[in-house]
Amino acid sequence: MVDKSLELFDCGHRACGGCGPALAARLILKGAGADSIVVASTGCMEVFSTPYPETAWKVPWIHSLFENASAVASGIEASLKRQGRTEKVLCICGDGATFDIGMLCISGAFERGHDITYICYDNEAYMNTGVQRSGATPYDASTTTSPAGKESFGNKRPKKDMPQILAAHGAPYVATASVAYPNDLMQKVERAVETPGPCYLQIHAPCSTGWGFEGGKTMEIGKLAIQTGLWVNFEMVDGEIAKAKKVVRKPVDEYLMAQKRFRHLFKPARNEEEIAKIQAIADTNAEKYGIDIELKK
Amino acid sequence: MSKIEFMQGNTACAEGALAAGCRFFGGYPITPSTEIAEHMARRLPKTDGVFVQMEDEIASIAAVIGASWTGARAMTATSGPGFSLMMENIGYAVITETPCVIVNIQRGGPSTGQPTMGAQGDMLQCRFGSHGDYSTIALSPSSVQEMYDLTAKAFNLADRFRVPVFVMSDEVTGHMRERITIPDRVEIVSRRPLEKGTLPFRGGDDGVPGFPEFGMGYGVHVTGLTHDERGYPEATDPHIHAALVQRLVSKVESARHDIADYEMVNPDAETVFVTYGPPTRTVKQVMHDHPGEGVGHLHLRIVWPFPERLLRLFTNAKTFIVPEMNMGQIAREVERHTDLPVISVPKLGGELHTPGELQKLLEARP
Repeated sequence: MVDKSLELFDCGHRACGGCGPALAARLILKGAGADSIVVASTGCMEVFSTPYPETAWKVPWIHSLFENASAVASGIEASLKRQGRTEKVLCICGDGATFDIGMLCISGAFERGHDITYICYDNEAYMNTGVQRSGATPYDASTTTSPAGKESFGNKRPKKDMPQILAAHGAPYVATASVAYPNDLMQKVERAVETPGPCYLQIHAPCSTGWGFEGGKTMEIGKLAIQTGLWVNFEMVDGEIAKAKKVVRKPVDEYLMAQKRFRHLFKPARNEEEIAKIQAIADTNAEKYGIDIELKK
Repeated sequence: MSKIEFMQGNTACAEGALAAGCRFFGGYPITPSTEIAEHMARRLPKTDGVFVQMEDEIASIAAVIGASWTGARAMTATSGPGFSLMMENIGYAVITETPCVIVNIQRGGPSTGQPTMGAQGDMLQCRFGSHGDYSTIALSPSSVQEMYDLTAKAFNLADRFRVPVFVMSDEVTGHMRERITIPDRVEIVSRRPLEKGTLPFRGGDDGVPGFPEFGMGYGVHVTGLTHDERGYPEATDPHIHAALVQRLVSKVESARHDIADYEMVNPDAETVFVTYGPPTRTVKQVMHDHPGEGVGHLHLRIVWPFPERLLRLFTNAKTFIVPEMNMGQIAREVERHTDLPVISVPKLGGELHTPGELQKLLEARP
């Protein structure tokens, strides 16, 4: 059972108001418990949670490099196991560290089958260095290295499907969650750390600064992502989709219009063609994961 | 018509590259170099160029190498941790004689170190960081103007010598904003194509082979294995390996006095500052504040290959003083080439030497 009163991620860190990743860190540790060791990659969370001379982490915490958290975790896990110890080893890394630069080490750790839980807090761009695109940036989002303008509508490629990639490694438990659904998130973390073998959890963590919305709207944005089908909360057990959160879907417009990173799709004029492509992404998600609730006629 | 602008160093670096005909940028975000990638992401699509954000720095330099073989002037920009990741591919660019430009906006190291603070701690890494013997070229801007000028120049040197060329800047110069004159045009000396009937890895008189661009009918074989002059792997013949490595080194080293780019002030002085990058500015301030004190200055815009002959042009020199934002990396090189006393003035932590600190050294002279 998750002990919701457990506070292992302390207040006083330097995240922006309404930071999705900060909330994710707090919820993750509630789900994982006090017997956790956290391996962090370089990223926004690493920086805002450890302002000199303080730290927000009340569990053992190691920041290695940008690309190698899962390899460091492999060493920790293998050595703990040899000593007969049972601490839980968690990687908590951003999407850049997960989807791009850290992919090689993650693949190695999952192939070797270490008993680790790899958690990606997904704020869909490199926020620490000032909002550059990553492999997790959604289609058409404007970032500083995929700027919308005369030559472009923003990021040209859809989000990389990391959960499928790690499921294909034979991971026994792969799930997605959102900070907007805290109970679900904590339960999934608990299940991941309790499941033997390498597990992967990807958490949608809205970034008010990078996405361009008021800090008070983090939960609202997170919920809209789910309600439009642009983010799906699901679980995969032994490579099969076991469960996905069902919704009465809203059109994607409401989610897109609430964020500055998609503003160019509505100004100066509404870009029907591009919005239709994003709606198609949501429709594909809905079909793939079976999330649509059939309304009674 | 040249024009005067007020510009950030990193922007000037990107603009210098564009003016020199750079049409490919492969990169990855890293403080304090990210503005170069961001500027290229905005500017390259408006030229006939391409910006590709890669998944890490290993991929960034590898993509730059690939683009260069299609004839494009190609570059990447990074800082310490990314530079370390690039090392294996830098050696690959050396042995395959691939022209490319690598900008390092240096920050405090080792490891993650000080992402937002300036340093010159990678000066030996850029010379010796990849395994094996080799030689390359490293430029060191000390102003926003030099960021523009030297980045543009780096492409000419890369093409002329078929080597990776480093622009070894730093956070201070990269993030500084100051006045800059954008010239009408910059000099572009493109790489020499391989002449028919010659071999793609046989050096000419200058030790540099012509470039056999992909798709131009050469059928060239490119490999990081030791290769003969045709480019075919021959990794066990000691003579072929020795000849290749000696040529890779000598094509750069034998041209070092021709490559040299520097500023000499008061060649008759007895006390001589040797600088590159930001400490150059501090020395200029000291000499401005205390003219006529018999102080000389050698400002190197190109640090590697090291132009040791210049030290001997200060015929009355009794002492060399080398202020650096590291623990004396280039002071070691100066020591190697002179019997005179060399005073290393290291400064760590990201702060610049103050004019007062350097003035005190002068006052302590016998």
